[in-house]
Amino acid sequence: MARRPVDDKKKADSGNPKEDAIEVMATVIEPLPNAMFRVELENKHQVLAHISGKMRKNFIRILAGDKVAVELSPYDLTRGRIVYRYK
Amino acid sequence: MPIQLKSADELAKMHRAGLIVWDVLSALRDMVRPGLSTMDLEKVAVERMAKHPGRAAFKGYRGYPCTLCTSINQEIVHGIPSTERRLKEGDIISIDFGVELDGYFADSAVTVPVGKVDPQVEKLLRVTREALDRAIDKMRPGNRLGDVSAAVQTWVEPQGFSVVREFVGHGIGTKMHDEPNLPNYGEPGRGLRLVEGLVLAVEPMVNAGAHDVRMLDEWTAVTADSSPSAHFEHTVAVTANGPWILTRPRELSGASW
Repeated sequence: MARRPVDDKKKADSGNPKEDAIEVMATVIEPLPNAMFRVELENKHQVLAHISGKMRKNFIRILAGDKVAVELSPYDLTRGRIVYRYK
Repeated sequence: MPIQLKSADELAKMHRAGLIVWDVLSALRDMVRPGLSTMDLEKVAVERMAKHPGRAAFKGYRGYPCTLCTSINQEIVHGIPSTERRLKEGDIISIDFGVELDGYFADSAVTVPVGKVDPQVEKLLRVTREALDRAIDKMRPGNRLGDVSAAVQTWVEPQGFSVVREFVGHGIGTKMHDEPNLPNYGEPGRGLRLVEGLVLAVEPMVNAGAHDVRMLDEWTAVTADSSPSAHFEHTVAVTANGPWILTRPRELSGASW
């Protein structure tokens, strides 16, 4: 069976932690200092989430009550990253 | 990951795995005829493998679904057996198979004509098989990886065929795909120096047309111009006495397939 070097690179990339995240819907409960937010997931769990660098760069404002997409780290499910704010 | 060199004891283990690969591939080669589906070959391979110790190495490898790779005509490598795919007179089929036994792998492939094939296709098979012979002959201590690669390329290209870039031969041992990669193109005198105990799966893949590859699905690679493609492979060890083809009985000599 021949080896495909391109596949090996892909496999190496999937070790990147940002790609292993689980993305879920959430609602913002309250804003906290340092661009952190307490958000409630669809399964009613509350987690601490910070804003993704891309959103921060583009000045996406987030208020209490907003629907957002949150990426959870598979290692620590009590913390997440807000990657999208729905209109 | 460093390259693993094998002791005489480990080579003997790989040879045991290799003889099973040889047994199964030889049986499959002899049964190729028009009307047979690639799944029929798969079934025979599974049955025959069941009589041997060890296990078929491809099944489950990165999610590959079958025991064999069966690649017809313009399919270069990693065709998945199917009840829908039937061989017809004039086709060529590459059958690729590997075994793991006691933690060691062996991997080999052969391309077989179905009945009578076009003279140009026959030439493709002959040239590719001889490319493997020539590459194996370079598997001697003191040569370099580039010598093996160049042996394929400089033999194949003047005949008007091309060498696949996207897939390569590979180190093999306690893993099926190990370091180093062995492309079928390259410059003589370049690359890693070959030493005793190095084992490589040497596998020229040669297209009758251009070398470009297109992926049909996650596995099946076909030639972009739909020209036929041939593939021969052996697991070969570098020893003080020259190349040792682990995927066939030791008493055989002469052409690789």
